[in-house]
Amino acid sequence: MVTTKDRVLTGNKALSEAIAQEMERDSRVFLLGEDVGKYGGIFGSAEKLLDRFGAERVMDTPISETGFIGAAIGAATEGMRPIAELMFVDFFGVCMDQIYNHMAKIHYMSGGAVKVPMVLMTAVGGGYNDAAQHSQTLYATFAHLPGMKVVAPSTPYDIKGMMISAIQDDNPVVFMFHKSLQGLGWMTPIDASQGVVPEDPYTVPLGKAKVVREGRDLTIVGIQMMTHHALEAADRLAKDGIEAEVIDLRSLVPLDRETIIRSVKKTHRLLVVDEDYRSCGMTSEIAATVAEEALYDLESPVRRLAVPDVPIPYSRPLENRVIPGVESIEKAVQTMMKEV
Amino acid sequence: MSEHSVPLERQKWMYETMVKIRHYEETMVQVYTEGKTPVFNIGAGTVPGEMHLASGQEPAAVGICAHLTPEDTVTAPHRPHHIAIAKGVHLDRMTAEIFGKVSGLGKGKGGHMHLFDPGVKFSCSGIVGAGIPQAAGAALACKMKKQNQVAVAFAGEGAANSGAFHEALNLAALWKLPLILVIEDNRYGISVPKEVSTAVKSNAVRGSAYDIPGYHVEENDPLEMYRVSEEAVDRARKGKGPCLIEIETYRLLGHFQGDPELYREKDEVAGLKEKDPIMRLRQHLLNQGVQSNVLDTMETRVRQAVDQAYDFARDSEYPDAEAALEDVFAPSIQ
Repeated sequence: MVTTKDRVLTGNKALSEAIAQEMERDSRVFLLGEDVGKYGGIFGSAEKLLDRFGAERVMDTPISETGFIGAAIGAATEGMRPIAELMFVDFFGVCMDQIYNHMAKIHYMSGGAVKVPMVLMTAVGGGYNDAAQHSQTLYATFAHLPGMKVVAPSTPYDIKGMMISAIQDDNPVVFMFHKSLQGLGWMTPIDASQGVVPEDPYTVPLGKAKVVREGRDLTIVGIQMMTHHALEAADRLAKDGIEAEVIDLRSLVPLDRETIIRSVKKTHRLLVVDEDYRSCGMTSEIAATVAEEALYDLESPVRRLAVPDVPIPYSRPLENRVIPGVESIEKAVQTMMKEV
Repeated sequence: MSEHSVPLERQKWMYETMVKIRHYEETMVQVYTEGKTPVFNIGAGTVPGEMHLASGQEPAAVGICAHLTPEDTVTAPHRPHHIAIAKGVHLDRMTAEIFGKVSGLGKGKGGHMHLFDPGVKFSCSGIVGAGIPQAAGAALACKMKKQNQVAVAFAGEGAANSGAFHEALNLAALWKLPLILVIEDNRYGISVPKEVSTAVKSNAVRGSAYDIPGYHVEENDPLEMYRVSEEAVDRARKGKGPCLIEIETYRLLGHFQGDPELYREKDEVAGLKEKDPIMRLRQHLLNQGVQSNVLDTMETRVRQAVDQAYDFARDSEYPDAEAALEDVFAPSIQ
């Protein structure tokens, strides 16, 4: 319950506050990326950080992702704790070698002798018609590759707590924030982009999913925007007497399989909703996990909703067709509840 | 303005095309605003998504496209309209694409940063620097097919710090490809000024790293751009290999529509407007004895063409939602 003492922040303010508090606490933490200085990050991740910490610790970079992400890796191996921002996750293509062959593997290849304590922060998500090269989430692309933690928080509270955890973690963490959940003035305002955030620093553990709505009839697993859509669909379904349990995955690596299995053993049905591509995605991984660990607990086949293996189209009716929404979740659940 | 003589007909073509581009972009400012007031919402309105407009950057596009044929390849970046128009992209279908309509170049799948018109060998990409190696590849194809076409890659000054820029230039120089790389220096990579991002004052000097000519065009001058491009395209057609042109150009609008532009003073844009290249070229034409009514007629004609393109886009239908599932793969070879 929100009381008058509670402070409400947008996602982007929770994020930049987390970074500021860690920069305050630890002089090894610094931020580098395109337009993180005066602009404060295109999606507000670095709001007011330049004024507070100066250009030596809040560094605008050239459009040289291989260069500055590689430099972050090098600085991290020397004991610094950099946060590098990749403006859109879609831009990973120009720098993935540094990310998956180096950032993710150096600790393993060195037999644990070299640590890479850095955060790769990046914006994900569509829903505002930014087309094929600026709308992806690519959750599974990163989650597939071993050696980096991958997190995708859904609320301002978790954004702050998980960013602090990510900075303090001795491993490379890919921190994905969803554009629509940043609460930016130039995007569709949604309630989910605001939330109560304590002022004092705190951590939220990486690798833990969260049951955000309890229910008895089926489990819906969501990530970021899909969690919020699932919650809305669950409220509608409740009017028809269907009580859905909703899990916010929050962390893709490590994946909290336990929480999902526990829930499925209770509800006996599972729907996984993802804003990423369907095949070989998080929905596949979660479905496979349940098939392995809880198959005989299921009363109906596992169902998946995800982008149907097409690039994100530009035109509004086309984009609406491919990204799951409240209606498609509601419909999928209603169909599932009729299956025996 | 350059003293070097540029044929009057070419000057008129450049003027006409620049006016066309400017009217296109100014109309887009209005159209893009539809449905985004009183509160700006990037995903709302007639044309949603990011919108990068090129008002002020016309000289780069017309100065070189004046030397190209539909058979020459052009790749453009995320700010593509001026280049597309100068290259002769189908204006109605381009506009319909930006509106997300089924009659668009990509049936509504691509949008403003992803325009493809193979009829005039034009394409663009939303990824900085990505078009440069692809233009090198088009140039390679010209060479392999023993044709004398050339390929032109456009990129912003920010792209000159990407790996793609350096790798592609080395390849093009190594393989002596008919590639011309045009760097449009509009001073900013979004908010970051050139001096904060780039170790050299002019990217023209970077040609020397690959032993190719590097030209520098000052003051957003379309005639100087024309002159330099003539030499560059001629060299490339004759098999003498690639080169690099950097033009100092102006970005009269924000990086994208809705950009608060807190990183530059308002005076800066006002100053640029005073040096508007369209105004300067108009004056230059008048000084050469071209009658103002001739220019007025030209302007009316291209404005009508632009207005028609917007009407076409507006009147077109949205694609059927199920079409989202088509076009991932080409039909198998029969």
